[in-house]
Amino acid sequence: MENEVKKKYKSTFKLGSQQLVALGALIVLYLYFFTMSPSFRSINTLASIFDSAYYIGFLAIGVTFVIATGGIDLSLGTVLITSALTGGWLYHNYSLPMWMTIIITILVGTMFGLLNGVLVAKLKIAPFIATLGTQMVARGLGSIITNVQTVVFPLRNSPDGWYKSIFKTSNNFPTGIFVLIFFAIVMGIILAKTKVGRYILALGSNEEATRLSGVNVDRYKLISYVISGFFMGLAGVAYASTYTTILPGEGLGFELDAIAGVIIGGTSLVGGVASITGTMIGVMIMAVLQTGLPYIGLQPHYQVLITGIVILVAVLADVYKFKWRK
Amino acid sequence: MSSTLLEMSGIEKSFGTNKVLKGVNFELMPGEVHALMGENGAGKSTLMKILTGIHKRNAGKVAYMGEQKEYTDPKESQLDGIAIVHQELNMMKDLTVAENIYIGREEVNKGFINDHVAIEKTEQLFERLKVNISPTEKVDHLTVGQQQMVEIAKAISMDAKLIVFDEPTAALTEKEINELFKIIEDLRKKGIGIIYISHRMNEIKKITDRITVLRDGEYIGTVLTEEVTKDEIINMMVGRSLSEDPKQRSNVSPNAEEVLKVVGLKVGNTVIDVSFNLKKGEIVGFSGLMGAGRTEVARAIFGADKRDHGDIYINGKQVNIRNTHDAVKHGIGYLSEDRRRYGLVTGFSIADNVVMSALSNYSSNGIIQDHKVHQESEKYRRKMKVKSTSSTQIVRSLSGGNQQKVVIAKWLVRDSDIIIFDEPTRGIDVGAKSEIYDLMNELVNQGKSIIMISSELTEILRMSDRVVVMCEGRITGELPIENATQEKIMELATDRKEM
Repeated sequence: MENEVKKKYKSTFKLGSQQLVALGALIVLYLYFFTMSPSFRSINTLASIFDSAYYIGFLAIGVTFVIATGGIDLSLGTVLITSALTGGWLYHNYSLPMWMTIIITILVGTMFGLLNGVLVAKLKIAPFIATLGTQMVARGLGSIITNVQTVVFPLRNSPDGWYKSIFKTSNNFPTGIFVLIFFAIVMGIILAKTKVGRYILALGSNEEATRLSGVNVDRYKLISYVISGFFMGLAGVAYASTYTTILPGEGLGFELDAIAGVIIGGTSLVGGVASITGTMIGVMIMAVLQTGLPYIGLQPHYQVLITGIVILVAVLADVYKFKWRK
Repeated sequence: MSSTLLEMSGIEKSFGTNKVLKGVNFELMPGEVHALMGENGAGKSTLMKILTGIHKRNAGKVAYMGEQKEYTDPKESQLDGIAIVHQELNMMKDLTVAENIYIGREEVNKGFINDHVAIEKTEQLFERLKVNISPTEKVDHLTVGQQQMVEIAKAISMDAKLIVFDEPTAALTEKEINELFKIIEDLRKKGIGIIYISHRMNEIKKITDRITVLRDGEYIGTVLTEEVTKDEIINMMVGRSLSEDPKQRSNVSPNAEEVLKVVGLKVGNTVIDVSFNLKKGEIVGFSGLMGAGRTEVARAIFGADKRDHGDIYINGKQVNIRNTHDAVKHGIGYLSEDRRRYGLVTGFSIADNVVMSALSNYSSNGIIQDHKVHQESEKYRRKMKVKSTSSTQIVRSLSGGNQQKVVIAKWLVRDSDIIIFDEPTRGIDVGAKSEIYDLMNELVNQGKSIIMISSELTEILRMSDRVVVMCEGRITGELPIENATQEKIMELATDRKEM
């Protein structure tokens, strides 16, 4: 009996069957590119896999909480860009210190998350519609603020270039992976071990029963969107750090990569079941695909096609796993 | 006597190594109402699933209308005229009544559905059944009782020769039950055989011809209803006798302090000017027909629904309850009438459900302390005899009675002083029922206070210290238990105000 309990409760970062399948797929995928393309084997390739994993990874960690409530957040990508645009624009026009730029970027994302939360939890708009609206509002605002001008973040060798080392040292060491893992662990604990996480999963599983247990479900729903917003801002920082140049109007479609990563990792779109470990594996699959496909000579449109197939396979595996159990 | 409609003999069924049916016999004549009884887990549902082809039997014979049958798909048995009215309603809530009844059998003309045909047929059907429901009403707008009637109408519309009623009255009011009995009488006269599954003794005595009892998958026996007493049936079911006697007098002293006072509660048109109080250690039974507004009163007090007017006092002090969170903070707990939908997160473990309302007590620095959660839930699991392997078991896999115990444990863990039980024993077998009654009595002995909403008069009379009767949103009377009788309660429950 004691063992059984331990098994279940030590499970914050445990891999379920779907996470194991995803992990296997990740390894197979990586080995496939590794054997097929000699140039894929370089350390630089690994670095660029991580580069794309950072911003998708942050978006995915945040949106895992929203999806756990049974909601969805379509504003991830454009809010990421708008946060970075706002931060960068203020940096240039008001000569903000870099650390403040980073904080503002994160704050802008968080505010958009709060907006989503109010729309969904307080004003009872369906998450799909509310965040679709926010997606467009954010895209429009980003272009208006910057007057449709490209925003360039400080380069590595400029005095304010230190922030780039958060994610990659000058000799190409991917320090960002530690940042990503740090946040994954913190959020994993919050999801599995705190009231916030427990109530988010509970309301995603049965909202009315959770409310009738005396839980203020609206508050926890709102919190899930704010978490998502915070990570949109953080993803904005990671994106700026990695790619330096931010174009207004960019970002559309990032949300789907992030959501795909979450689903591949075994989080249920209906809510109630979520895994941060799974999300991280899913994100790595997306990043390896994105980086690896060009190495075997496939053009971007093939990447989209193959990514789509991967998502369908992941969801089918989930659906049929349930059927087999029955 | 006419020839047998259905004969099942020596039915055996195992799931893995678990033998759930051990040689069960069952016989049904045309025009007979035959009760199938037994505690939850006795094998009633499995037997019915074998009859309709959902499960395959391991041994035994099924003869239906003189022919050996082995259905492998519920559709086949349906075509042969075997219909089930399920305890849990399977309906498309956003479709209309007529659409629900004729789903899969729509009249299609050039690719377009002709709704008029279904509506007309439904009207005729309802006329025959003397049911007053509009065929074009959305099912979602119907009461549970009305939805049940629609299910029954659907079974009848399929020209069924054998209808299984699985706890049909669990959600019905007395009036609706009487209508249902008239319908069953009607069906019986037409030579339709009826298998009637229920836990309610009075109904069984009233409408069935024979009773077959199962216990732990074994066939205990078949008896003629008129030849047995209730106690004898209960004895067959549980192997021991239980009393159903009403409470003689209140256990609460007249000067016990008042823990809850509600004044002038109003919620839309469903609750009108409701005032009452609750004393320490008291069980106040709320009786009335379905739709009388009892659940709405409970939900408003608990902050689950917004109230238009009304003051709530707890221990003499006025409190402002805006949502369920406030109510729980003030020590109120609520057990919903529909525990699967509203009472439990069924995908969570027993432990997680038990501590749901009191997570803060089991957290340190914001981190949930799993060993504490486990200890506490294990304690309640044992104390309340929740049949399960451990407190990590998922609640979905428990039986109704055991699920209800988990909901009760949730409010005990929260140490609620006022607990509202809404239909606490609906769909729960006799054994678990008396355990829940014992628990309620233990709670009031500890100084907790209980509001119990129940549609079963025997339950009201057995448990309450005082009975409050509602009709159409108003309190129409209050009876001390010493003066309460079934007749007096029914009179108050139908005391409609002239408009």
